[in-house]
Amino acid sequence: MVDSEEYPIIVEGLRNCFGDHVIHENLSLKVRKGEILGVVGGSGTGKSVLMRSIIGLQQPTDGEISVFGRSILNSSEQDDIDIRSRWGVLFQGGALFSTLTVGENIEVPLRQFYPEIGDTLRGEIASFKVKISGLPEDAAFKFPNELSGGMRKRAGLARALALDPELLFLDEPTAGLDPIGAAAFDQLTRELQETLGLTVFLITHDLDTLYEICDRVAVLADKHVIAVGTIPELLALDHPWIQEYFNGPRGRAAKASIERGKAGSRDAKAMDIPRKTGA
Amino acid sequence: MPCSVISTISVASMRNWADFTIEKGDGGAATVALHGPLRVYSIGDLDRRLDAISDHIATVDLADVSDIDTAGAWLASRFARDRDAKITGESEEARRLIAAVSQASGEGEPPEEQQPLLFWLSAWLGERIYAAWHGTVGVLGFVGGTVVSLGAVLAHPGRFRTKALVHQMELVGVTSLGIIGLMSFLVGIVIAQQGAVQLREFGAEMLTVNLTGRIALRELGILMTAIMVAGRSGSAFAAQIGTMKLTEEIDAMRTIGVSPMEALVVPRVLAAMVMLPLLGFFASVCAIIGGAVISTIQIEIPFFTFLSRIQEVVPLHDFWVGIIKAPVFGMIIAIAGCYNGMQVKSNSEEVGLRTTMAVVAGIFAVIVLDAFFAVFFSEVGWG
Repeated sequence: MVDSEEYPIIVEGLRNCFGDHVIHENLSLKVRKGEILGVVGGSGTGKSVLMRSIIGLQQPTDGEISVFGRSILNSSEQDDIDIRSRWGVLFQGGALFSTLTVGENIEVPLRQFYPEIGDTLRGEIASFKVKISGLPEDAAFKFPNELSGGMRKRAGLARALALDPELLFLDEPTAGLDPIGAAAFDQLTRELQETLGLTVFLITHDLDTLYEICDRVAVLADKHVIAVGTIPELLALDHPWIQEYFNGPRGRAAKASIERGKAGSRDAKAMDIPRKTGA
Repeated sequence: MPCSVISTISVASMRNWADFTIEKGDGGAATVALHGPLRVYSIGDLDRRLDAISDHIATVDLADVSDIDTAGAWLASRFARDRDAKITGESEEARRLIAAVSQASGEGEPPEEQQPLLFWLSAWLGERIYAAWHGTVGVLGFVGGTVVSLGAVLAHPGRFRTKALVHQMELVGVTSLGIIGLMSFLVGIVIAQQGAVQLREFGAEMLTVNLTGRIALRELGILMTAIMVAGRSGSAFAAQIGTMKLTEEIDAMRTIGVSPMEALVVPRVLAAMVMLPLLGFFASVCAIIGGAVISTIQIEIPFFTFLSRIQEVVPLHDFWVGIIKAPVFGMIIAIAGCYNGMQVKSNSEEVGLRTTMAVVAGIFAVIVLDAFFAVFFSEVGWG
């Protein structure tokens, strides 16, 4: 069980197929505690399917997945509830409940898991979650359709953080955001990760995100994880897809920009999380 | 709340709750020492218990807090802020979290202003009247838009979507043959059987044929079909178009230059207008067969005698009454469905709401119109 202390997510020998179409074959992946793991791969390599398998929305054909040392695939109901209260998920489109305000959206998991918390305190918790997700406080009373795409992502993040999870799943958080909004969201993710001590499983296509905030990167290709490591480690590998991905024009641009801006900015990051609002 | 107390106790036995002790210091200023895990799963009703303390609090001691998250940090910092107390003994982690959460003011929703009843009532009434007026204008505009699109399609037959029309005709008509046939057959049985029981009192059992044949062709065949189509297809139109609005498919159509009226509404309206007379006639036939079957068994009119009597006693204009009404009903149902679908905005709840409205409005309008038709046709001598 020491393993599960160090690795909150352990996937072994995962196999997923839809009919004859095999998505994953013998896929193994370990996520270290307290890291931001970026998951990359071409379209259709099953990044989202992998995430859905880990959070139990997709029943794999074969393999073993354990989260916090407990198997996801055949867990008891109590285990299931326990695990669910320890992770938060941000879906691609935000997946906010459209008939509830942002504040009520955040209150849903609180209400579900901890009904003993009083209405006032629950409202206050929702309110500061809105704030630490970088939204203006009055956003709590707005409906999702009154928010911009970037704000909706932040609201989704606020809901994912409602229970103070240890584990955070982000599915392409910066997709569809403008570069400034995307950079602000990256910062926010990093700061929240540092402040709250999160382990983050982050699916992305955004090279800037990878360079900026990911501790390690897992590469999905040929139906399994072909490599996990820091970007320099990956660059040392001789896999054509990895080389093309990181050394393509966009990869080089992202790398150049990160090297330019590297002058100590990472250490200077302060704790005041809600510096940037709106995206 | 007694039930919350019970649940707290039962859960408390399993969980390690956060708690506090009060230590009286000099000059009446007390120290509140929090202990245990200060986490979202362990705070429970701690905020209410803390708020109930009436003493003056000078310090909030977090030295014995074993574990803390943002919810706990918020609770401690808000309590300290409200009581003007200072926080001592916090861990590094606690200090970091408190700094992060204390930026939020934690203000609740702005309370809604209470309006005097009379004001509120008149505002409500005004809004309703305004909405009703807008709705009427909207529907009329939509009918007009449909007619214009229909005209545009007729003027440019190349733009006509034959494929969509055929597909909708299949959905509205062919796939509902089974259920409409069965329903009408059963209704025919009920009318013939009940009619026969009453008519027997006068020794006029043979009039069962007239009753079944005329009512099926004039009224019931078409009316039951219209209700079934409103439930099946009117709702489908509203839900489908409504979902397309939510996913911005309609907007995409507009930007490409495809008129949603031509691409979505016209095929549906036409399909309903074409299929309803056919379905209505089919329903009438099924009802007559149902009546014939029960008559064979119950009042000993042979099956084929029943059918040939139908030809003698049912005037042809009964058939026309049904057939003339049917396309009008079809148009109303389709327009109610498409109009309500187009009105969907913002969220998924609206799709459900608008689908319900499409069915209710469609059926209601059909029945009202049917009453007008009944009076009209007897006035013109097709009684």
